[in-house]
Amino acid sequence: MSNNELTRRGLLRTGAVAGAGVALPTIFTASSAAAYTNEPTGATVTLGFNVPQTGPYADEGNDELLAQQLAVEHLNGMGDGGCLNTFTSKALKGNGILGKKVTFVTGDTQTKSDAARASAKSMIEKDGAIMINGGSSSGVAVAVQGLCQDAGVIFMAGLTHSNDTTGKDRKKNGFRHFFNAYMSAAALAPVLSKEMGADRRAYHLTADYTWGWTQQESIAAATEAMGWETVNNVLTPLASTDFSSYIAPVLNSGADVLVLNHYGGNMVNSLTNAIQFGLLDKVANGKDFKIVVPLYSELMAAGAGENIKGVLGSMNYNWQLDNEGSKAFVKSFGEKYGKPPSNSAQTCYAQVLLYADACERAGTFNPCGVAEALEGFEFDGLGNGKTLYRADDHQCFKDVLVVRGAQNPSNAYDTLEIVEVTPVEQVMYAPDHPMFGGAEASLGECNSGA
Amino acid sequence: MDAIILQILNGLDKGSAYALIALGLTLIFGTLGVVNFAHGALFMIGAFCAVTVQRLLNLSFQTVDETQKDFLGNPLKVDTPYVEAWFGPEVGATIIDWSVPLAVVFAIPIMLAVGYAMERGLIKHFYKRPHADQILVTFGLAIVLQEIIKYFFGANPIQTPEPSALKGSLDIGLMLGFDPNAIIYPIWRLVYFAFSVVIIGGVFAFLQFTTFGMVVRAGMADRETVGLLGINIDKRFTIMFGIAAGVAGLAGVMYGPLNPPNYHMGMDFLVLSFVVVVVGGMGSLPGAVAAGFLLGILESFASTTWATTTIPGINQIIIYLVAIIILLTRPRGLLGRKGVMED
Amino acid sequence: MLGLDKKDTSLLIIVAILTLLAPFILNPFPAGSAMAQFNAGYPDLMQRFVIFGIFAIGFNILFGLTGYLSFGHAAFLGVGSYSAVWMFKLLSYNVIPAIALSVVVAALFSLLIGYVSLRRSGIYFSILTLAFAQMSFALAYSVLSNPKFNLTNGETGLQVYADDPQIFHRDSLPDMPHLFGLSMRSTYKLDIGAWSFDFNAGYYLCAVIMMVMFYLAIRIFRSPFGMMLRAVKSNQQRMNYTGLNPRPYTLAAFVISGMYAGLAGGLMAAMDPLAGAERMQWTASGEVVLMTILGGAGTLIGPVLGAGFIKYFENIFSKINDTILHQWFSFLPDGLEDFMVFIVHPFIGKGWHLTLGILFMLVVIFLPGGLVEGGQRLGKWIRNRGKGAAEAKTKHEPAE
Repeated sequence: MSNNELTRRGLLRTGAVAGAGVALPTIFTASSAAAYTNEPTGATVTLGFNVPQTGPYADEGNDELLAQQLAVEHLNGMGDGGCLNTFTSKALKGNGILGKKVTFVTGDTQTKSDAARASAKSMIEKDGAIMINGGSSSGVAVAVQGLCQDAGVIFMAGLTHSNDTTGKDRKKNGFRHFFNAYMSAAALAPVLSKEMGADRRAYHLTADYTWGWTQQESIAAATEAMGWETVNNVLTPLASTDFSSYIAPVLNSGADVLVLNHYGGNMVNSLTNAIQFGLLDKVANGKDFKIVVPLYSELMAAGAGENIKGVLGSMNYNWQLDNEGSKAFVKSFGEKYGKPPSNSAQTCYAQVLLYADACERAGTFNPCGVAEALEGFEFDGLGNGKTLYRADDHQCFKDVLVVRGAQNPSNAYDTLEIVEVTPVEQVMYAPDHPMFGGAEASLGECNSGA
Repeated sequence: MDAIILQILNGLDKGSAYALIALGLTLIFGTLGVVNFAHGALFMIGAFCAVTVQRLLNLSFQTVDETQKDFLGNPLKVDTPYVEAWFGPEVGATIIDWSVPLAVVFAIPIMLAVGYAMERGLIKHFYKRPHADQILVTFGLAIVLQEIIKYFFGANPIQTPEPSALKGSLDIGLMLGFDPNAIIYPIWRLVYFAFSVVIIGGVFAFLQFTTFGMVVRAGMADRETVGLLGINIDKRFTIMFGIAAGVAGLAGVMYGPLNPPNYHMGMDFLVLSFVVVVVGGMGSLPGAVAAGFLLGILESFASTTWATTTIPGINQIIIYLVAIIILLTRPRGLLGRKGVMED
Repeated sequence: MLGLDKKDTSLLIIVAILTLLAPFILNPFPAGSAMAQFNAGYPDLMQRFVIFGIFAIGFNILFGLTGYLSFGHAAFLGVGSYSAVWMFKLLSYNVIPAIALSVVVAALFSLLIGYVSLRRSGIYFSILTLAFAQMSFALAYSVLSNPKFNLTNGETGLQVYADDPQIFHRDSLPDMPHLFGLSMRSTYKLDIGAWSFDFNAGYYLCAVIMMVMFYLAIRIFRSPFGMMLRAVKSNQQRMNYTGLNPRPYTLAAFVISGMYAGLAGGLMAAMDPLAGAERMQWTASGEVVLMTILGGAGTLIGPVLGAGFIKYFENIFSKINDTILHQWFSFLPDGLEDFMVFIVHPFIGKGWHLTLGILFMLVVIFLPGGLVEGGQRLGKWIRNRGKGAAEAKTKHEPAE
C-alpha cells in the first residue's frame, strides 16, 4: 500500500465542522486541503464514465462505454492510437495524461437524474474521479452538470440534444460536444425545403417533456421561416407505447408532412405506427406525404428497421463521414468491437480525448485551468471536421449531418445515408439567443472545489 | 363523425391487448386466487417467441463476396439463411416473411410449458401466503425474466414485421361512404382485433361448453365443494394457469408487428392491465374483457386534440382517473360479482 | 429509558451506535486496496442509507402494522423534495424551513390521498394509491413544468438558479444547503494508517433525525394506537363489531407514514438540492415496498436493514465492471480467469437488477420475515449448537 494511493481521494469541502477540532493522536493524519477536488497525486488519474447501463437506453450506454474504453487505451499508448494520429493538437503523447496512467471507473445513470447524480457522486467522493463523461439524455446531462459544477470537477456531456444543456442551464465546468435541437432544425430546414418544397403543411407529434418542447419549438421556427405552415402540435405522454390514436387523425388534418419530435423508444414506436398507417404511400394536398425525424441515432434506426426508409433526420456524426479523423476512429473501433461506432460513441470518445488534451495543454488537472484550455479551442481530426468549442456557452460548433434512411442498405450498418453536410456557419447562433436562455444565461464562476 | 369512428377503431385495437392480458390475469386470480405481477412478463416472453422464431429462420451461413466491401474495407461476408438455401430463395423468403404467424404455432406449446412450470415451480407454494407475498414474489420473477431477456436480446427494440401481404392500410372511410383518407386503418391492427376476438371467444367457449370448463367454473365458484366431490381441481387449475399464460403469450406474439418488442414492454403493460382487471371487477372474465375495450376507447378519445386542449394533460392520467372513479363509486368493478373482494 | 422497556432501549442504543459509527463500519477495507470497491462509507451513500431508512420506517408504520400495502408512497417523498427545493428557491438554503415545509406538505397530500384511498382495502387500496402516484408522476414530469406555470421543472428536475429570490440569503452563507451556516457538504476526512474515513455534516444531520424517527416509531409500535393498528391488520371485521371504527386509525397511520416519506424527501433535497419527477414513479414506490419486505415487515429494525441492503446493491454492485473482475480473478490461470469473469459477468455491473431480483425472490420464498428472520434463525442455530443437540430438543420458545 503506497502512501500516494491513499491521498488520491480528495475531499469535497473542508467546512466548519471539520475544524471542530477533535484532539487527535499523531498517528491520525487528517489529510490537508487539496488544491482542487480529487487532485491526482499518485501515478494514475481516474476518469468517471457515467452511462445508462440499465433501462431502455442500456445499449446506447454500452456503446458509449466501449468508446470510452477505447479512448483510455489510446491515451495510454495501447492499440493503434486512433484519433491521436489525426488530432490537430499534438499535446497528447500516448503516455497517459500529464505522464499519469489513465484509469477509469464506471457508473449506471439508469437514465434518471437521481440515479445519475448518485453514481456521479460515488465516483467523485469514493473513487476520486477527476471528471465525469457520458450520459444519454438531457435531463441527466443537466442534472449531472449541476452536480459537477458544485463538486468542482469537469463534466463532459455525452448524448444530450436539448438546447438547455448549453442554454439556460449552461455551467462553467460543463462542456458539450454533441449538437442541439436548434442546430438540427437549422440544418434540416433548407434540406426539407429543397426536397419537399416551400409550401408544406406540417403536423407535429411532440414528446411531452422539456426536450420535446425545445425540439418542436426549434424546428417549427426554422421551417416556418422558409414558408411552411404548422397545422397542429400534439403532445404525447412520454410513457406512451402506442401512438396509433395520435397518428390516425394526421391524414385528415390537411397536413402533408409529419414531424416526429420523439426520441428512443417513443420514436421507434411512433415511426413504426406511422408507416403502418401507410402515411408514406399517401398523397395529401396533391403532394407525396413525408415524415421527418429531427434527431436520429443508429440504435433507433436499428429498432425502427425498414420503417426508416426515405425518412429524413439529422445526426451529430456518422461513421460513413469521409475524413481522416473519422476513418481512423472507425478503423480502430471497428477492429476492436466488430461494428462501426454510433454517433453517441463518437461523442464520448472525442470528449475523453478533448479533456485529456486540454489537461496537457493547461499543464494541470485543475478544472479551472482545463476549462480555460477548452474555451475557444479550435481543432480538427476527431471525426467531425473543423470544430470550435465556443467560450461563451461551452457548445461545440461543427458541421451537422442531414441523413436519410437508405432505400437499399447493403448491410446492417449503412441503414442511414448522408444527404448533406450542413456547414457550421448555417447552424451558428448568438450565445444570447432567446432559445438559449437569452441575455440572462451565464456560465457562472469556475469551481475547482478548493 | 369520421373522427369518432376512427377513435373507436383505435380504442378497440388498443383494448384488444388490454383485454387479452386482463383476461389471463383474471383467469389466474379467479381460479388460483393469485395476484400475478409476472403476467406482463409472460406477454413480453410471447413477443420474444416471435423474435426467436424470426432469428431461427434467419440463421445463416456466411460466404465471402470478394466484389463487395464491408465498412472496414475487408471483403464482405454475405449471409444466406439456411431456409433460403433449403427451400430455394423464393419459398425461403416467404417463410421468413411469415415468421410472426408461424411464431403463433411455436408460442402455444412454449407458453403452456412456461405457465405450467411457473405454477408448479413457484406459484404453488404461495397459495396459502398473503396476497402481498404473491405480489412480491411474482414481481421479483418479472424483474428476473425481463433481465434474462435483456441479457440475450439487448435493450433495444427489435422489429418483428408483419407479412408483407398484410402490410399497409385499408381505407375504411371510403367503404362507409366518407371522403377518401378520412378513416384509414392498418390491416395488421384489424387482424390483431379479429385475433383477440377469436381468442377471447375461444376461452369463453372452452369454459362454457366443455366438461373441463364446467368443472373449472364450478371450482371458481366453490373450490372446497368441488374438491369434496372427489375431483382433482388443483390439476385443472394448473392447466388453466398454462392457458392464461398462453393467452398472454399469444397477445405478445401478435403484438410484435404493431410496436417492436423490447425487454420492458411487460412492465409497461402491467400497471395498466391491473387497472383494467380492477375496473372490470376482480375475478370477472366478461368484466375484464369489457373493461379492456372500454379503457382502450377512453384512452383513444382522451388523446384527441379536442380533449387535450380542453383539459391539458388528460391523456396522461385518464386511465388512473377512471380507475379511481370506478373504485370509489362501484368497488366491485363494472361486472364483478357482489361480495367478491368487495370491501 | 425514555419510556422504553429494556429490550427496546438496547435496540435504540445499538441503532444509535451503528449510525454514529457508520463512517468506520462501512469503510472496513483500506482505501486503494482491491476490496475498497466494497466500501460504502462515502457521504452520498451513507446519506442515502439513513434517508431511505427513514422512508422505510415510515412505510412500515402503515404496512407493517395495518397490512395496507400502498404502492404510491413515493409520491409523498417526491412532494417533500419539491417543497424543500421551493423553500431553497424562495427563502434561503437553510435546511430547517425546507424540511419543515416538506413534512407539512406531505402530510396534507397524504391526508387527501389517504382519505380517498382508505375507503377501500386490500388490492383495491393498492391500486388506488398506485393510480394516484402515477397521476402525480405524469403531471410532475410534463404538465406541471410547462413554461407558463413551472412548478416542477419536468425532466431536468427542480433546482435553484442564480436569479431565484432567496430573500434570506446572505453572501456569508454557503451557496448550498446548510444548517445555520454549516454546509451539508462539509466533510472531515480522517486518515488512519491505510484507512480513510469521511465524517460528513449532512450525514450526521440525517442520522440524528433518523434516530429520533426510529425512537418515535418504537413509541408508536408500543402505544395503544399501535395496538389498534395491529387489530386492523388481524381482523378488521371483529374490530367493527366491537364498535370501533378503524378508519380514523388507518388514516392516522397513513398520514404519519406519509409525513415520514415527506421528511425523507425533504432530507434528500437538503443533501442534494435537486428534485426530479422519477422519485414519484411507481417503481420508486415499489422500491420502498421491497426494502420493507426484504428487511422484515412489521419489525422495527427490518426496514432500515432492507433500505441499506438495496441501496448498497444499487450503488456498489452497479459499479463493478469487467476490468475490476479481471483484477479480482487475475491470480487464476488465464483460461480459468476468463471463465470466472464470464460466469460472474451477467450478475454485476449492468446486471445488478438481475441479482437483486433473484435475491429478492429468494428472500420472499425462504424468509417471509425478511433479513430479520434470517438473523433470528441464524442466532437460534448458533445458540442451539452451543447448547448441544439434546438440550435443543426439549427447548420450547415461549410465544411472543
